[in-house]
Amino acid sequence: MRHIIAVLLENEAGALSRVAGLFSARGYNIESLTVAPTDDPSLSRMTLVTTGNEDIVEQIKKQLNKLIDTVKLFDLTEGPHIERELMMIKVRAERADREELKRLADIFRAKIIDVTDTSYVIEITGPSTKLDAFLDAVPEGLIVEVVRTGPSGISRGEKGLTL
Amino acid sequence: MKLSGAEIVVQALIDEGVEYVFGYPGGAVLHIYDAIFKEEKVKHILVRHEQGATHAADGYARATGKCGVCLVTSGPGATNAVTGIATAYMDSIPMVILSGQVPTPVIGSDAFQEVDTVGITRPCVKHNFLVKDVHALGEVIHRAFYIATTGRPGPVLVDIPKDITDPNIKVSYEHPGEMRMRSYSPTTKGHIGQIKKAVAAMLGAKRPVIYTGGGVILGDASHLLTELVRKTGFPITSTLMGLGAYPMTDRRFIGMLGMHGTYEANMAMHETDCLIAIGARFDDRVTGKIEHFCPHAKIIHMDVDPSSISKNVRVDVPIVGPVSSVLADMLSLIGEHAPDPGRDTLREWWSQIEEWRSMDCLCYDRTSDKIKPQLAVETLYRVTKGDLYLTSDVGQHQMFAAQFYPFDKPRRWINSGGLGTMGFGLPAAIGVQLAFPDAQVACISGEASILMCIQEMATCKQYGLPIKVVLLNNGYMGMVRQWQELFYESRYSHSYVDALPDFVKLAESFGHVGMRVEKPGELEAAMSEAFGMKDRFVFLDVVVDPTENVYPMIEAGKGHHEMHLSPERELA
Repeated sequence: MRHIIAVLLENEAGALSRVAGLFSARGYNIESLTVAPTDDPSLSRMTLVTTGNEDIVEQIKKQLNKLIDTVKLFDLTEGPHIERELMMIKVRAERADREELKRLADIFRAKIIDVTDTSYVIEITGPSTKLDAFLDAVPEGLIVEVVRTGPSGISRGEKGLTL
Repeated sequence: MKLSGAEIVVQALIDEGVEYVFGYPGGAVLHIYDAIFKEEKVKHILVRHEQGATHAADGYARATGKCGVCLVTSGPGATNAVTGIATAYMDSIPMVILSGQVPTPVIGSDAFQEVDTVGITRPCVKHNFLVKDVHALGEVIHRAFYIATTGRPGPVLVDIPKDITDPNIKVSYEHPGEMRMRSYSPTTKGHIGQIKKAVAAMLGAKRPVIYTGGGVILGDASHLLTELVRKTGFPITSTLMGLGAYPMTDRRFIGMLGMHGTYEANMAMHETDCLIAIGARFDDRVTGKIEHFCPHAKIIHMDVDPSSISKNVRVDVPIVGPVSSVLADMLSLIGEHAPDPGRDTLREWWSQIEEWRSMDCLCYDRTSDKIKPQLAVETLYRVTKGDLYLTSDVGQHQMFAAQFYPFDKPRRWINSGGLGTMGFGLPAAIGVQLAFPDAQVACISGEASILMCIQEMATCKQYGLPIKVVLLNNGYMGMVRQWQELFYESRYSHSYVDALPDFVKLAESFGHVGMRVEKPGELEAAMSEAFGMKDRFVFLDVVVDPTENVYPMIEAGKGHHEMHLSPERELA
């Protein structure tokens, strides 16, 4: 099953490589990983997407917790949560395709943020599945380039992952 | 007080109560060595190779329970230390490694003797630091000791660039006092509800087995374990790392388990209905094939490291906490309600175990005209009267020692269990002998292992360490040869050591005493003579039967019930 794990890390040099090294050394799957400092500059917040059976995911969480730089960890998939990913997609947009792509962007609540005579750059945010669906919907052969941030996540409700 | 970085290093070690630093100087640590030169409280032991420094610090830590410390230079100094660091990591040994690094401004420029030490050691340390500011140096070193010695212990490396130890830059230093870290707070107490559950399962069991590991020794819980066994009357088996936590000469001890464990221990594991795992980590050499592991048992597992629990084997009653506090809670819960250790169900279980024990799975040919390695270990036990710190290298001799030298106290059997590092034994003995100058310390080894750190004989000479090396010399890498015989149709590919040195002369050239024994009849006298030389390092080259194999044996990937005794006595 797919799990989204949020981790608060000490904002220290090398903290990210400890996480990355852990996954490669123990052979765990890692689908995506995003990290940035938080409002507290001494802390980084990481969102990590991984898949595996329950035993493996349990081990992943324990091993992450064991890292000395890990301050707190929470498996967002254990409760209601919101997942968002940002994608920018460059498409060939000529003649009739221009209208079609514009319509498609509207349907998905995406934004066209760069326009040339022959191309668009479209920005779209949402859960990863929505981004996948958008990619599927773009007519074949028009995609030039895709860049995705990987999901970030936050739990619903008043409780937060803080110190 | 105002100190330079180099002086901070030394002062921090003094504040941590460090007795010995094992090290080897080099360019990046020259400032630190100059500070050591001026300070007498910390004694520096000069090894002959950085691997030796790490193993010596490791041996010191295993024998004393204190933190081992080593000091190495940048580049090759650090890479040479990696094997020893990984050895300590696999066996959870508290150790602090201080490594020199090239000066901060040139880091990343491929400078002379530069290597990414923090990167190289990351997967084999509990944690590591690169110090970039002299103001942080003292705090980081104390933090390193705190992390290394608490929770599940392990090695911690502090990489110190040369400019950080500049003698001309003085900053204020004080001992930070009690350590607290928001990102690290090891469990100090087991969950009482879980302990209650465990006690209920234990007291209801018909065929219980206690299975203990190195965690009992690391957690100084031997006396509590002994009390638990006395109180319950349960049989107890141990991993290679846990030997000595419970007196091995006691009847309740049914021998080591696993690949070369006893028949009775492995059969008991297979038939048990309640497995009580204490400070052990279900290593593959212990479990054999996971699908066949303890098929009838409810499994209780106490360990200070949550990630050890349900890692390899799914556990029914997990208890996270230091084994000493968990066992203390458990004992007080059992209190007066302990069932009669002689009760009927348990008596039946014991009579089954005694039946297995009567197979005498460790028997060997005592009439051979060659020295059997088992005989050598048994003689060692007699001559040393069981009062010995025994370090070991890796291979057949290690297994024979584990099978035939019954340790009655913890911290007496010192070997590389997890990583299986050949070359560990001799330098480890250096650390042990320094910690206990008046104790009998021996290193059991093979002619292949000993050559991997043979240079440390010079260190033994320099510090007058009266270690005894007992070399079981069979001319082969015995364990490799055994596997080739059993699984590769006796194609002995590169396991025969064709050009061995004359170990007697070799020892003598280092300034030691060398002796060689070739006949069983001469063994006891030779060993007595060797151990009689209280102030000399003696190298005893024992020529043993080259064809002897270690039995019993469970092949890799087989279950506990599928073990082989020696070929002459194959089980039905």
